[in-house]
Amino acid sequence: MTAVSTRSTTAAELMPYDEALSRFDPVLGLEVHVELNTASKMFCGCSTVFGREPNTQTCPVCLGLPGALPVLNAAAVESAIRIGLALNCDIAAECRFARKNYFYPDMPKNFQTSQYDEPIAVNGGVDIDVDGQPFRIGIERAHMEEDTGKSLHVGGATGRIHGADHSLVDYNRAGIPLIEIVTKPIEGTGRLAPAVARAYVGWLRELLLGLGVSDVRMEQGSLRCDVNLSLRPDPGAPYGTRSETKNVNSLRSVERAVRYEVSRQAARLATGRRVVQETRHWHEDTGVTTSGRSKEQAEDYRYFPEPDLVPIAPSVTEVERLRASLPEPPAIRRARLQADWGFSDLEMRDVVGAGALLLVEQTVAAGASPAAAKKWWLSELARRANDAGVALDELGITPEHVAAVQSLVDAGRINDKLARQVLDGVLAGEGSPEQVVSARGLEVVSDEGKLSAAVDRAIAGNPGVAEKIRAGKMAAAGALIGAVMKEMHGQADAGRVRELILEKLN
Amino acid sequence: MSDLTRMSAAALAAALRGGDVSSVEVTRAHLDRIQAVDPQVHAFLHVDGDGALEQAAAADERRAGGEDGALLGVPIAVKDILVTRGMPTTCGSKILHGWVPPYDASVVTSLRAAGMPLLGKTNMDEFAMGSSTEHSAYGPTRNPWDLHRIPGGSGGGSSAAVTAFEAPLAIGTDTGGSIRQPGAVTGTVGVKPTYGGVSRYGLVALASSLDQAGPVARTVLDAALLHDVIAGHDLMDSTSIDVQWPSMAAAAQVSDVDGLRVGVVKELGGEGYQRGVRDRFDEAVRLLVGAGADVVEVSCPHFEYALAAYYLILPSEASSNLAKFDAMRYGLRVLPDDVAAPSAEQVMAATREAGLGDEVKRRIILGTFALSSGYYDAYYGQAQKVRTLISQDFAAAFEQVDVLMSPTAPTTAFKIGEKLDDPLAMYLNDIATIPANLAGVPGLSLPSGLADEDGLPTGVQILAPALEDARLYRVAAALEAMLHERWGGPLLDRAPELDAAA
Repeated sequence: MTAVSTRSTTAAELMPYDEALSRFDPVLGLEVHVELNTASKMFCGCSTVFGREPNTQTCPVCLGLPGALPVLNAAAVESAIRIGLALNCDIAAECRFARKNYFYPDMPKNFQTSQYDEPIAVNGGVDIDVDGQPFRIGIERAHMEEDTGKSLHVGGATGRIHGADHSLVDYNRAGIPLIEIVTKPIEGTGRLAPAVARAYVGWLRELLLGLGVSDVRMEQGSLRCDVNLSLRPDPGAPYGTRSETKNVNSLRSVERAVRYEVSRQAARLATGRRVVQETRHWHEDTGVTTSGRSKEQAEDYRYFPEPDLVPIAPSVTEVERLRASLPEPPAIRRARLQADWGFSDLEMRDVVGAGALLLVEQTVAAGASPAAAKKWWLSELARRANDAGVALDELGITPEHVAAVQSLVDAGRINDKLARQVLDGVLAGEGSPEQVVSARGLEVVSDEGKLSAAVDRAIAGNPGVAEKIRAGKMAAAGALIGAVMKEMHGQADAGRVRELILEKLN
Repeated sequence: MSDLTRMSAAALAAALRGGDVSSVEVTRAHLDRIQAVDPQVHAFLHVDGDGALEQAAAADERRAGGEDGALLGVPIAVKDILVTRGMPTTCGSKILHGWVPPYDASVVTSLRAAGMPLLGKTNMDEFAMGSSTEHSAYGPTRNPWDLHRIPGGSGGGSSAAVTAFEAPLAIGTDTGGSIRQPGAVTGTVGVKPTYGGVSRYGLVALASSLDQAGPVARTVLDAALLHDVIAGHDLMDSTSIDVQWPSMAAAAQVSDVDGLRVGVVKELGGEGYQRGVRDRFDEAVRLLVGAGADVVEVSCPHFEYALAAYYLILPSEASSNLAKFDAMRYGLRVLPDDVAAPSAEQVMAATREAGLGDEVKRRIILGTFALSSGYYDAYYGQAQKVRTLISQDFAAAFEQVDVLMSPTAPTTAFKIGEKLDDPLAMYLNDIATIPANLAGVPGLSLPSGLADEDGLPTGVQILAPALEDARLYRVAAALEAMLHERWGGPLLDRAPELDAAA
């Protein structure tokens, strides 16, 4: 049984990260669940669209009604095989689904149809880039399973089941195809453990986006990461006891969760206590993990082969066809883009590190210059994403928006300051950049008559300043430009204003 | 009107085709018969008189419009384990009391498409676990041959309904013999098709790898006509076989066994089989020999382990299949007595405690144990190996012979209550029928007469290789014809009249 209760926890003792790393060697394991973007669910024809009214995308099959039977979604199997191939895995010649039996209200059948001892993809590995260093991540397996429904616990302070009056379940998510990608134990990261974890998940997102198999929107839960971490005294020692931190749902949180667990476990081990093998909850707001359910008494899921489905046996021809359909491998793609864009290694690393490779590529494709695309995504938009605590592509600004804004700047219709207001408007749902500009009246005033009149007023209102300029103190022009810009609400081309002032005073 | 209920489905179809009678008349006659005798028999859990008459009127209209389906307008009863839109489906369990499914099983869809009015839902052992229908949460069904005896199970409601002339046809489901054994003990015909021959979509699963729906009828031809209606590939059932099935009705009209190679299964007979059952079986075999069949004895050495393997595989699958009955979404919900604010888990436990019967709990516990970590290999794993060996026994046997034969059940109908406290004795009823489910091959039970010692019906079972269902009908039709000739008419002519005044 899955007794889900949040045990009361006092804040855990932490050892400073650097000290923890000087005394222990971390071993990481990452399990990533990816919701596929197939049009229909894993075993029925229901829609998978996110965010609809609860329980409107259900049928006898995904509600697990008596008598209903699953039929495997062929598109989901194709996606699983493509993911497996992209992770350099072996694709099983024949594999099956199993039933994972446990009782929980969000699981309509009280078993999850999942692959168990016969995953579709096994034994792969990928090379990722961690702060400029290549790092090899082994892939244990990638398997198919169905998502559960979503519980909403009502009446408690925390939104968790503990303390709630009642719970509601939305089965729209039940049966959505999931791929679980499990790494082999990741050793040898040393102090880079948090960065490796983040880089891997970021790399995986990029890969999945490139494959087109998932929306990988972490805030919508279409990519969910479980972080397994253990410490050992030194790299030669056997693995220590691990904790499993569930649902770490942003790249930044992945990094923070690893760092937190290193500090927490180190503090325990250093004081002679043991690490409990358990599930832990990640708290995005406070940046801590708390104890969930203990896994020391191993749960017995009573797996057995799903008798309602037949084995999956992709032919060699089929697998090779899918292999041929794979997009360019990430490393080759990066090299190509770097050459196309003329970026330095450092610039390229910044782009990749920010998770902006695809965004920049798409922004360039939408008409912006590589430099402009990079500038927007790595400065203004990176700042906004960071403030909002979301990934760049979850910000609500598309590459097409960025290219449109840049094109307005290039045409001299807005300046950089107005561009930021345009982005505000786009984020507020006011439409395209062009629509925001016209609705908010943000365009730079290019009417010479208006500008000239404003300059005249500024000169008249600041006779002292005007005198200094006439006397050759050009630096004083700034005060007059400021006055004009203020009157024009920033909607003027500052260069032109300066020209006008100088013309009039010389 | 009462003679309409005595007619075979084929005869009714002919009368409907000839315009001698309407579907409304035929359906009403059966509803009247149900009203008259079902209080004694208790074959039905739910009778849908209005619905059936509406469907009958629609069938008559379709016929008036020029349509002519083989069973258009012939009414039918459906075992209460197949979901029916708008009609309660309980599976004989309290836990589904009051549940009205929002969808039809594919078999039911086929029946509706064929224009067959649905009279109602028939009684059964809870979730099809039993061989007597005594495990129904709604009370036992009685054998029309002797109301103190069981009608077989789990589909005793369907077999009793056709035996008591309450329905010309019924749908049963067979996981280990639940169509064939009731057929044998009520003197009717029951067929378990090849696994995958009839869609399981909407059949509430007992053991997914064993369950198969099939015809319950009074004659071989009637069963074949119904088989043709319900068989066929269904995209909603991944285990459904995508083949073009030959006409079973055509096979049932060939009636030729000259040169047929018949294997009598050595392991399914002899000790443990009632004298009268063996005598009637031997007679049936002699009739086939007389008609030109070559009969040999064949050994299927691993059948000895079939019952044990079955009682690991079935409970394992059932423990998982029945987990969904948890009070969260539909059916019964029971709150625990002594808990102020019960958790979902406590409500699940209280509901399952109150809503499931002893036999169901027994098998859930067995299955949960058999699948447990550390025991899986020894129980479920070993049972699957036995299953493979049994399939190999069938394959070897079918290299020598065209069909296999055995008695269907070891005894005639026993008394209600007689084996209720002895699960193992109850399980032994299915000893001859279980191997076919484990191997997925088709089987048919045909009435073979009455046992001398108790005057109760006996049955013979005919088994064919997977996909060769038509062969069953060809052989059974020939044997049926010879037996009818010998008896001077159908066996059911000798069944006692039920007191229709009750």
